[in-house]
Amino acid sequence: MNYISSDLKVVGTRPIRPDGVDKVTGRAVFAADTRASGMLWGKILRSPHAHARIVSIDTSKAEALKGVYAVVTSKDFPEIASEEAFVGEGPMNFRDLSDNIMARGKALYEGHAIAAVAATTAALADEALALIDVTYDVLPHVIDVDEAMQPGAPVLHADMFTAGVNPKPATASNIAKVVTFKKGDIDAGFAEAEVIFEDSYTTKPVHQAYIEPHACLATYAPDGQVTIHASSQGHFMIRAYTAKLLGIDMAQIRVNPAEIGGGFGGKTLIYLEPVAVALSRKSGRSVKMQMTREEVFRGSGPTSGASVTVKLGAKKDGTIVAAQQVLKFQAGAYAGSPVGPGAMCGLAMYDIANVDVVGYDVVSNRPKVAAYRAPGAPISSFAVECAVDDLARKLGMDPLVLREKNAVVNGSKTHYGPTHTNIGFTQVLEATRAHPHWKAPLAEGHGRGLAVGFWFNIGGESSATVHINEDGTVMVATGSPDIGGSRASMGMMAAEVLGIPVSKVKAIVADTASIGFTFLTGGSRVTFATGMAVTQASEKVVDQLKARAAATWDIPVDAVEWKDGKAYPAGTNAGAFEPLDLAAIALKQGRTGGPINAEVSVNAQGAGAGFGAHICDVAVDKETGKVDIVRYTAIQDVGKAIHPSYVEGQIQGGAAQGIGWALSEEYIYNAKGQMDNPGFLDYRCPVASDLPMIEAVLVEVPNPRHPFGARGVGEVPIVPPMAAISNAIKGAIGLRMPDLPMSPPKVRAAIDAG
Amino acid sequence: MSKSHVTTTINGEAAEFLCETQQTLLDVLRDVVGLTGAKEGCASGDCGACSVLIDGTLVCSCLVLGVEAEGKSITTIEGIAQGDHLHPIQQKFLEHAALQCGFCTPGLIVATKALLDENPNPTETEARYWLAGNLCRCTGYDKVIRAVMDAAAVMRGETV
Repeated sequence: MNYISSDLKVVGTRPIRPDGVDKVTGRAVFAADTRASGMLWGKILRSPHAHARIVSIDTSKAEALKGVYAVVTSKDFPEIASEEAFVGEGPMNFRDLSDNIMARGKALYEGHAIAAVAATTAALADEALALIDVTYDVLPHVIDVDEAMQPGAPVLHADMFTAGVNPKPATASNIAKVVTFKKGDIDAGFAEAEVIFEDSYTTKPVHQAYIEPHACLATYAPDGQVTIHASSQGHFMIRAYTAKLLGIDMAQIRVNPAEIGGGFGGKTLIYLEPVAVALSRKSGRSVKMQMTREEVFRGSGPTSGASVTVKLGAKKDGTIVAAQQVLKFQAGAYAGSPVGPGAMCGLAMYDIANVDVVGYDVVSNRPKVAAYRAPGAPISSFAVECAVDDLARKLGMDPLVLREKNAVVNGSKTHYGPTHTNIGFTQVLEATRAHPHWKAPLAEGHGRGLAVGFWFNIGGESSATVHINEDGTVMVATGSPDIGGSRASMGMMAAEVLGIPVSKVKAIVADTASIGFTFLTGGSRVTFATGMAVTQASEKVVDQLKARAAATWDIPVDAVEWKDGKAYPAGTNAGAFEPLDLAAIALKQGRTGGPINAEVSVNAQGAGAGFGAHICDVAVDKETGKVDIVRYTAIQDVGKAIHPSYVEGQIQGGAAQGIGWALSEEYIYNAKGQMDNPGFLDYRCPVASDLPMIEAVLVEVPNPRHPFGARGVGEVPIVPPMAAISNAIKGAIGLRMPDLPMSPPKVRAAIDAG
Repeated sequence: MSKSHVTTTINGEAAEFLCETQQTLLDVLRDVVGLTGAKEGCASGDCGACSVLIDGTLVCSCLVLGVEAEGKSITTIEGIAQGDHLHPIQQKFLEHAALQCGFCTPGLIVATKALLDENPNPTETEARYWLAGNLCRCTGYDKVIRAVMDAAAVMRGETV
């Protein structure tokens, strides 16, 4: 059923989330808060070298230390053949993941796991790590993406021959893959252009920087049964990877989803769980592992840094007729950067006849990248949206007018294949033009920047159950870890369908043994796909409630209608019966046919792409080069906001992360290829005093493929900020800052250079 | 090495524990006392997720040794509500949806308590600078600051 035009009583309101009280009182149980009897502490020894052959690992002294119960190295993990894995958000290969969680043969980055120990205390485990004697043969390393692509660069993988080029290269290189997207005739497009703008841009790797470090508690029982408590964006993902990497049947593994302290894509692959299980198997004890913040930075995936060029050609009237983009993305030590989505998203906002995009997936001696909020799109869009702004200047056009003129609409064909359908970009641009911020006068010395952004959003596999309790209250369970309030929206959709107050519904996240398969929380898919499963399960329950009323009244079920939580006779012909409310039917469910519940699994399609536009005002301190965000407005098509507060929160949080990416966050390496800033003091995330209020403007263009019109919202908001800020800085000081982060030293240097 | 015996007060109740001299107050609270509301986000005093009050002063418990609790009064997130009655700060964090993942929330609430105990009528800028030691990666701080300002108004008796 579709409720888009219905009079909604719950959806669109702002109730307090069901897990809220636990989270404001300290009761909520995150992965590191769990314990098991007889538990050991697991710790990982990591490579101090960016690139080194592992000659030998002597663990005997560590094993001999009293209180140490297990030491593992790559020898304790089965060798796995190269095989694409489709269980996480980004591209991953099972063999590479196995190699990444415990180095086999070579250490490929500083922080690469070499060995692990389990001991009675964390301090003792640290002591044991220091007793492991590793002999390394240090190799030349490469960090920068452009350098890694040069002939003669140190090659990380002897078997890496660039995919996507014909013929297959004769020699191994660090270029894992080349992707190309072409539309029209690029040469004819530029020949037709009257104004051409071209520039180059770079971005640095930035970490998702979830405040909760990776943590898990694993038990391998003597009968082979494995129990894992872990913080992740997908407990089914943990099960799949752990089963594969250790050669254990999935049925033997039960993963309990702990509360997750932020992920942003970074918890869509795993680092600790198979190691903890291996340590538990060897020691016969439960093993708890928790990364330090330094390990999170050095050993878990940030997103790619990149080098990007953009060339745009336009007619004098502003029609963009040609666009060319070259993207070189760092993948980290293993293939699989988000260059593919980057190559698709950067230009997806514009209807351009002739497009040519080439992307390179490049390995270097850095931690393997992980997904980060709209993977690839922010990097690609930063370059495109700076170029579009400079093109507008060159054309003498207003930057919003240029964007309006070239904006995609329903029916526009993208350069990567699909045709845009059910999008609300036009409405976003209309809301931008109408917003007071766009019209407000600028203070002296301030600059204003605009940028737009796109993300696909995804659907996929989700499962949900709805149970009617004996007292008429309702349980909703799904397989989607709740990373930002999704239990609230799941409960609200169920309450709306059932016609009862949301306070009567309790939504939880069920473990891998208790609910059908559910793909991870990522791709902005939960409200859309899992919400669809919850809605359908609730509808099935309504059908049963109607059937019980029909049986009670001894009338046909199609003579019963369900309204406001009650069964009514459909009309006077159906008979004159007092309505039966949900609680009354629930009370007698045992006598009218048994428990009332439903489980629905879906493979949701039609997620509905998202578009946003951000307006940013900055002040630049010309003496220090410091950029202050003075005013920030983020406008986005959200389809239908199920719980508007959490939709706004997604937009505000995404914008804030983008502001950090733009101004202060970066991985800094020394000459040895070691990260110099693996802590929150030197890796500078925005703090409260860095930011103004961030106004989130919800544009609601319903997605007809979702029962309530929802579309994903969590990823779009990180796409526009970097370009919006660079454009604002250009407005303020007249200089283009093409390299992220636009930190004070860089801005000051640009001012000095004029 | 033998452990130290510490006599202290935690959330208004007399408490005793044994700890290693090098153990941080955060580790003691979480692993010895069993209060896991304070979180470890960095263990270097940069994120504020482990914020607690010692004799009313806001500290990162990862930068304090467990033995330093001797004779002091410690307030953790578990001691902010009165029984099942939420503190206005907690209530306003819920009403304003000032949390998403909730991992930084205990630290933010304890830090806000310290702010409002010292300055019941902060400006937005004062609140932002006071909370600059508490990293939140989910919210962009907008709703957090709104919750803090609203809680302050409630505690001053201006609104409910």
